[in-house]
Amino acid sequence: MGIKPNLRALAILATAGLALTACGSSNSSGTAADGGSCGHYNIAFLGAETGDAGALGLNMVGGIKVALKEYNDKHADCTVGLKDFDSQGDPDKATSLATQIVNDDSIIGLVGPGFSGESLATGKTFAEAGLPNVSPSATNVTITQQGWTTWHRVIGNDDAQGKADSSYLTGTLGMKKIFVIDDASDYGKGLATVVKDTLGSAVVSTDEIQQKQTDFSATVTKVKGSGADAVFFGGYYPEGGLIVKQLRQAGWTGTFMSGDGSEDPAFVTTAGAQAAEGAILSAPAGPAPADFNAKYKQVNGSNSGLYSSQSYDAANIFLAAIDAGKTSHEDVNSFINSYTADGVSGPIAFDDKGDIKTSTIYAYKVTGGKLDVANPTAIK
Amino acid sequence: MNGARPSIKLPWDRVGGLFIGWPKWARWLVGALVVILIYFLPIIRPPLITTPGTDFGGVMFSCAIFALVAVGLNIVIGYAGLLDLGYVGFYAAGAYTTGVLTSEHWHWPFFFALPVAIAVTMVTGVILGAPTLRVRGDYLAIVTMGFGEIIRLVVTNVGWLGAASGIKDIPQPPSIGPNPIGPTGGLFEIPHLDWSTFPPSLDYDHSTRFLKFGVLDAVPYYWLVLTALILVLIADRLVKASRVGRAWEATREDEDAAELMGVSTFKYKLLAFALGAAIGGLSGALYASRQGYINPLTFQLVLSMLFVAAVIVGGAGNRWGAIAGGVLVAYLPERFRSFSDWRYLVFGLALMVLTIYRPQGLLPPRRTRRVMQAEEEIEELEGVGADVA
Amino acid sequence: MHFDFLFQHIFELTITGLALGAIYALVALGYTMVYGILQLINFAHSEVFMFGTFAFAWVFVFIHGTTSASQGLGSTIGLLILALVAAMLTSAAVALLIERVAYRPLLKKDAPKLIALISAIGASFTLSELMGVRDKVAAWFGLEDNLSNYVSNARDIYANPVTINPKGLFTIGDYTVTDVDLVVIGAALAMMLALDIFVRRTRFGRGIRAVAQDPESALLMGVNSTRIIQITFLIGGLMAGAAAALYMLKIGTTRQNAGFILGVKAFTAAVLGGIGNLRGALLGGLLLGVVENWGSAVFGTQWKDVVAFVLLVLILLVRPSGLLGEALGKARA
Repeated sequence: MGIKPNLRALAILATAGLALTACGSSNSSGTAADGGSCGHYNIAFLGAETGDAGALGLNMVGGIKVALKEYNDKHADCTVGLKDFDSQGDPDKATSLATQIVNDDSIIGLVGPGFSGESLATGKTFAEAGLPNVSPSATNVTITQQGWTTWHRVIGNDDAQGKADSSYLTGTLGMKKIFVIDDASDYGKGLATVVKDTLGSAVVSTDEIQQKQTDFSATVTKVKGSGADAVFFGGYYPEGGLIVKQLRQAGWTGTFMSGDGSEDPAFVTTAGAQAAEGAILSAPAGPAPADFNAKYKQVNGSNSGLYSSQSYDAANIFLAAIDAGKTSHEDVNSFINSYTADGVSGPIAFDDKGDIKTSTIYAYKVTGGKLDVANPTAIK
Repeated sequence: MNGARPSIKLPWDRVGGLFIGWPKWARWLVGALVVILIYFLPIIRPPLITTPGTDFGGVMFSCAIFALVAVGLNIVIGYAGLLDLGYVGFYAAGAYTTGVLTSEHWHWPFFFALPVAIAVTMVTGVILGAPTLRVRGDYLAIVTMGFGEIIRLVVTNVGWLGAASGIKDIPQPPSIGPNPIGPTGGLFEIPHLDWSTFPPSLDYDHSTRFLKFGVLDAVPYYWLVLTALILVLIADRLVKASRVGRAWEATREDEDAAELMGVSTFKYKLLAFALGAAIGGLSGALYASRQGYINPLTFQLVLSMLFVAAVIVGGAGNRWGAIAGGVLVAYLPERFRSFSDWRYLVFGLALMVLTIYRPQGLLPPRRTRRVMQAEEEIEELEGVGADVA
Repeated sequence: MHFDFLFQHIFELTITGLALGAIYALVALGYTMVYGILQLINFAHSEVFMFGTFAFAWVFVFIHGTTSASQGLGSTIGLLILALVAAMLTSAAVALLIERVAYRPLLKKDAPKLIALISAIGASFTLSELMGVRDKVAAWFGLEDNLSNYVSNARDIYANPVTINPKGLFTIGDYTVTDVDLVVIGAALAMMLALDIFVRRTRFGRGIRAVAQDPESALLMGVNSTRIIQITFLIGGLMAGAAAALYMLKIGTTRQNAGFILGVKAFTAAVLGGIGNLRGALLGGLLLGVVENWGSAVFGTQWKDVVAFVLLVLILLVRPSGLLGEALGKARA
C-alpha cells in the first residue's frame, strides 16, 4: 500500500508549514522597548510562564508589567521593555535561556529566576557574565551561599521563614504536638526541614508526599493516628489545599499551617471555604497596599497573586537604576547592593550575600471563607 | 511487471541521487564538507534556522544530545523491536553517576567518571533487562515505564543522591588552553556570524573560545557531543552489519523462527538493551557536565515519551532517521518559542499529522521501503489479475 | 518501616485505598478494552478522563456559581447526577474523537502498533494542551469575559466550588465508613457489573469478543469491525467519565494535566490484572489502590508510586500475563 501523493505532500507541508510560520515571528514575545534618544533597555524575566507552575510565573510577569507601565507612563520618551523567557520551571531549558540573556546587550538586569532549581542551574552563568539579577521567589537557603556576587532576592529565605513559623506554632498558638509534612520539592522540603529542626521534640511524626499527588488518605490516617494538634506543610497550594480538605473531611480539627507556597487565594478554592477556615499561611511579605491590586488588575486584567508584589519591587530596583543613570552591569550591581526602599512587599535592602536584610514574616489567616490578605500578623 | 515503477520516493532521494556515479573520493569530500558544516552550524548561525528566543548553541547542544539518545534508543526499538518507555531512567542513571562521582561524594575528573557512568548504566540495563525481557513484548512497555518512574522517585527521595535539591557543581570537561572566569580564555577566538546586515559580518563581541568548557558558551559542549555521536554512529554501523545485527533483525521479525534457527533471542535482546542503556548513560553524563547542576525535575516520564517519539517519527530502524527525529523533537519547541503557550499543542498535532501521513517515519529504513514497494507490486499484480478475470 | 502502624489502621487504609482503586479500575477499563480489541495502548485515554473531570466541575459552576460551599451528598444529589451524565457524555465524545482522528486513519493503513502509540501520544499532548490554552482560545472569540469562570488561569488548578462533605455511616474497626466511600466503591462495582453483562450477553458484546479474538474471521462473519471499535471507545469513554465524576466527588480538584498520573496508574492496574481482561481491570485497580495505601503507611507517602510499580514488576515476573491473564476474546459467554 503506497502513500498517495497528495497525502505525502500534506505531510511535507505540515513540516514545512512549521518552518514557514516562523519567518514572521519576531525576537521575543515581550514588548521590546522603542525608546527615543536613550538606550533601548530591557528587563529580562526568567521563569515558568507555561507548564505546571505557569500560573506563578504569570503572577510575576504581571507584577513586572505594572512596574514598567508606571515607569513608561512617566518616561514616555525613554521607555523600558520586558523580555520574558519562559523556562517552564525546567532547569534544563533555563540554561540555554540564561546564555541567551547574557548575550543580549539590551538587557540591563534580570527579574528571576523564578524557582530554586533553575536558580541553581543558571546562577553561575549570570555570575560569570556579571549580569545582576533579583529573584522575586527563589527561597532556597543554599542559593546565596554559592558566592555569586550578582545574585539577589527580595524575599526572605526558607531559613528565616521556617524559624518564624516554628515560633508561631509553639509560642503564639501554644501547640504541643506538631505533624510536619513536606512535598519532597526543593522548596517544600527545605522549609519543612527548618521547621522540623527548630521544633525539635514538639514534632510528633512526619510524612513526605510528592507533588501532583491528589489522594492523601495514608497521610490523613497518620496525622489522626499521631494525635497531632497542628500540621505544618511545606509545599505549594495544589497539594496543601487538598491535604487540609482531606484532613477536615476525616474529622481532624487541629490547626493547619503552611508557608508562602500555599499563601494564595487558590489555596482556599482548592480546599473549599469550609475546610480552609482557620488555616494559617505564612509569607515573607506584608500585605500589598490596597492600590497595588487595583493597578495590577488595570494592567493585567486579573487579580494579583503569589509573588506579584515581589516582582513589582524587583523590577522597580532596575528601573531606579536606569533613572540614576546606571546601565552597565557593574554599575547596576553596585546600585542594587546599596539600594534601600520601601517596596510594596516590605522594606528592601540587601546584605553582602544578596539576601534581603530585613524580612518580616507575616501570618495570614483564612477567615470567613477568604484568605485575609489585608490583615496579617507580623511574627516576632 | 518489467517496468515496475519505483514507488516510495522520498523528496530527499533526489539529493542522494545526485551523487550516483560520482567517484568515491568526491563523495567522501562532500560528506566531509557536510560534517564540517554541521560542526560549524552554531558559529555560522544561519538565519531562519537560528533560534531567536533562546541561545542557538544551547539548542544545538540539546539537539545533539537528543540525537545521541535517539541513536541509542533506536538500537532497542528499531533493531531489536523492544518498546522501551522508560529510557529516561538510563539517561538519569548516567547523569547521576557522573554527579555522584565528580561532585556529590567524590571529586573525580570528568573523563574518569564518564566510562564508569557508562558501565554503571549498562549494568543497570542488564539488571532491568534480565528479568523483564522474558515477559511478553507488550508488557515490556509498562515495565520499563515503571522503571523510569522508579529511578526518578528514587533520586527525588534518597538524600544520598541529593534528593530534590539535586547535585550542584558538576565539573566541566577539562578546557584546552587558558580557562579564566568570564568570557575570555581558550586557545583562540572564533567569531560568530552576525546576519543582521547583508552580507553578514563577523561578530567579535559574541564569540566562541576554542575548547574552553565554560558556562557562558555551549558550543564546545556541542562539539564534544557531536564527536561522541559520530563515534557511536561508527560503532552502531559495525554492530548492525555484524552477526549481532542480523540476529536482532531475525528476532524482531519472528522470534520463534529465530529461536528455531539457533539464535539465542534472549541473549541478543539483552545485548540490545545493554548497548542502548550504555548510550543513554553516555548522553546523561555529557548532559550533566554541560549543565553543572542536575535535579530530579529533569527526568520526568514525559521525556521518555519524547525520546520514543523521536525514534518513531524519524523512522525506527534507521540510524539517520533516529538522528533526524531526535533533532526535530529537541529543535522544534525551541525554534517556535514565540508561540510560547502553544508550542506543545503544535507539537502534539505535528506528531499526529506526521504519524498519520507518514506512518513509516521521515526516513524509514531501506528494508521497510523494500517491503512497501513489494506490497505495492503485489497489489498491482492482483489488480491486473482481477481485470482479466 | 511502620508495620505496627499499618496493622493498627488496617481497616481505614484498606477502605480508603479501595475507594481510590475503584476509580483506577474504571479508567483501566478503557485501556483494557481498547487493548483487547486493537492490541494498542491508548495513551490518550488519560485525557478522556481529564475532560470528564472538567465537565463535572463546569456543571457545578454553571448551576451553582463560583461561591465556595460545602454540602452533604444527599442535598446535592440532583446536581451530582446531572454532572455525572455530563462527564460521561463529554468523555465519551472525546474518546470517539480520538478514535476517529488518531486511530482510524492508521488502522486503515495497517500501520505498525508503535506508530499508533506515537499518534496516541500526540493526541494526548494535543488534548491536554488544548485544555491548557482554553483561555486563549476563548479570547480569540472574544468570550474570555463571559466565560471567565470556566477559562481563566487555564493551567492552574481548577476546583469544584461545591465541596461534598462525607457523612459517617457505620464503623469498621476504628474507621467510620462514609457515604462518599460507599458511593464511589458501589458505583464502580455496579458499572463493572453492567459492563461485564453487556460484553457477555448482548449482541454488541459478542461482536466485541469476536473482533478481539480474530478480526478477520469476525469481518467474514459480517461483524462491522469499525462499528465495534467505535463502541469499544464509546464504552471506555463512558467509564472514564464515570471515573472522572467519582474522582471529582472524592478529590474535588482537577487541572489540565490531571489525567497523566492517573492514566499511568490505571494502565498499570490494567496490566496488573491482565490486560484485555475486564475483571482483571477491576481486580488490578482495587489491588493497586489498597497496596499503594498500605505502602504509603509503611514506607512514607513519597514511596507510593514506587510501591505501585514494584508490585507490577513482581507480579509480572511471577505471572507474566497479569493476575487473571485472560484475554477479552476468551471471556466465556
